[in-house]
Amino acid sequence: MSSVEIVRSALRGMNANKLRSVLTLLGVLIGVGSVILLVGVGQGSASAVSEQIGALGSSTLTIRSSGVSSGALRYQNLTTSVADALTTASEDGTAPSIAAVVPQVSTSSTATFGTESTTATVIGTTASYFDATSVEVAQGTGFTENDVETSRRVVVLGSELAETLFDTADPVGQTVIIGSTPYFVDGVMQTQDSSGIESTNSNIVMPITRAQQSISGYGDLSTIVIKATSDDTVDLAKAEATAVLDSVFKITDSSDEAFTVSSQTQLLSTQESTTTTFAAMLTAVACLSLIVGGIGVTNIMLVTVTERTREIGIRKALGATRGAILGQFLVEATLLSLLGGLLGVLGAVIGSRFSIMGIEPQIVGSSVVLALGVSLGIGIFFGGYPAARASRLRPVEALRHE
Amino acid sequence: MTTVLDDDTQPLDPLSVPATPVLDVRDVHKIYDDGVQQVRAVDGVDLLVERGEYVAIMGASGSGKSTMMNILGCLDVPTSGEYYLDGIDVASLGERQLSRVRNQDIGFVFQAFNLIPSMTARANVELPMLYAGVPAAERRERARAALEVVGLDQRANHRPNALSGGQQQRVAVARSLVNAPALILADEPTGNLDTRSTHEVLDIFDQLNGLGRTIVLITHEDEVAERARRVVRMRDGKIVSDARNAPRAAAHLAGGAR
Repeated sequence: MSSVEIVRSALRGMNANKLRSVLTLLGVLIGVGSVILLVGVGQGSASAVSEQIGALGSSTLTIRSSGVSSGALRYQNLTTSVADALTTASEDGTAPSIAAVVPQVSTSSTATFGTESTTATVIGTTASYFDATSVEVAQGTGFTENDVETSRRVVVLGSELAETLFDTADPVGQTVIIGSTPYFVDGVMQTQDSSGIESTNSNIVMPITRAQQSISGYGDLSTIVIKATSDDTVDLAKAEATAVLDSVFKITDSSDEAFTVSSQTQLLSTQESTTTTFAAMLTAVACLSLIVGGIGVTNIMLVTVTERTREIGIRKALGATRGAILGQFLVEATLLSLLGGLLGVLGAVIGSRFSIMGIEPQIVGSSVVLALGVSLGIGIFFGGYPAARASRLRPVEALRHE
Repeated sequence: MTTVLDDDTQPLDPLSVPATPVLDVRDVHKIYDDGVQQVRAVDGVDLLVERGEYVAIMGASGSGKSTMMNILGCLDVPTSGEYYLDGIDVASLGERQLSRVRNQDIGFVFQAFNLIPSMTARANVELPMLYAGVPAAERRERARAALEVVGLDQRANHRPNALSGGQQQRVAVARSLVNAPALILADEPTGNLDTRSTHEVLDIFDQLNGLGRTIVLITHEDEVAERARRVVRMRDGKIVSDARNAPRAAAHLAGGAR
């Protein structure tokens, strides 16, 4: 019996029981599709985080007060003088790896334009903020060193905030009321991908001097951001900054440190490991659905072969060899699971074009191969095993089967 | 008339002499033993059937005739004894060779028709040729010819469930003869048929036998056995009588040869 004939008789078998074939296809389709899609979602969210790390630049460090009294030391505040000490160190050559020091105060206030009003985070900082944090100004300009010195009333808005206040109108050159003071809008920041990390999309950035004068008062800094001279000198910059801080705070024991110096990538690596866990869980769920699909296929194959034992008997009586019987059922099972698997891949590819839970799924090649392979394996083994058993029956036994 | 009927025998085995009997059964036993009880379904049967014979094996239910038929058809293996089919020792054959014997040397007709329900009459008739590796065009032509012999060429594209019992059995007969086997084995072929259909099927057997086909038919109906030329009676797994019927009326042969 030629292979063409085997395929033809397998197709006839599938066609003879359309509903069952369709259900089998569906089981495989859903299993394979969900594996590929869920793994894709996991991969998508992981790579979104990686992209953010790339966008942030790995050359920035953030200094925060640890906010607790540790050991013998009193709680230490980050003050403007700490920032000044760091700036001095970077300028006089004692901290050569620090390229810029960006002090930040952060508070929240009401922003109003016309009838629109909303609460926003106000960040007071220096002109090097935009360069050091890789936040780009999309429309208009950022403020200048001169603006900081003269504490001008200028702001740069986050894109989301700009949209809330101005809708589609151009905010640059307009005046917004923050608190009770009018501010001139210098520019609007580039929209940042917001999944995962804190974004600047709904922030207001203004000169630090102005923020202290009008909004936050002359208290402590929230954070000091340090930009290293390059990605490779981040660790050096961190050591240098720590040394400066130790001398400012007169700390001798490193376990007594009242502040933390953390790189942005460090913050994100925590996020990344969360994403990895998330992806692993998705994969586990997807594998479960593949297994459930596989059990469905197995069940249907077992029923199919058992139900057709008599047919196997007839075929054997007419001269079918064991190989011909086995071939027919194997090809039938293989075609069903292959077709279902391919449809599942197609479904996953189509599904991956939509964003799921805010994540763009990315199809992972190995998951396609794995899902297709497993479904094929299930089809071949569980279709083949009962068929092999039935093909070994003596014809008279198979014929007696009802 | 048709290729099916004209092509009487398969290629001659150079080692076999023309006088080789189609069936040569020597002291065959089939014993079912489930550990508690021993059932001697076939208990020492000797049977010789020459080419061109038309033999009816008769017996009551439980006489061992169906077991005998399964052994003769290579569907089951005897517990002991020798069985030569067309001169070949069946016990010496492997799985593949047995498949080939069932395909080439034996044509089956079952009481329950045993057509495959998902396939048309023609596809069912083509099935043995499929396993024999006959090319598609030839399969189609031979299936058409075989269906013509049983008078069903008009219903070739019907599925079994669209055919009456008699028609289904005629399809089964067509299927049994497409590979021009040495032997047509029929197990209660009329057991599920009404009188009219019974006559139709038996007429076809007469016709085939008239053209030289060897037929072994198993039945418990005297009326059916009468049509055969030789009647073997079984009881309790043994042959109790073996007699030749009176020469057949010429009308059957004439009608059959057409």
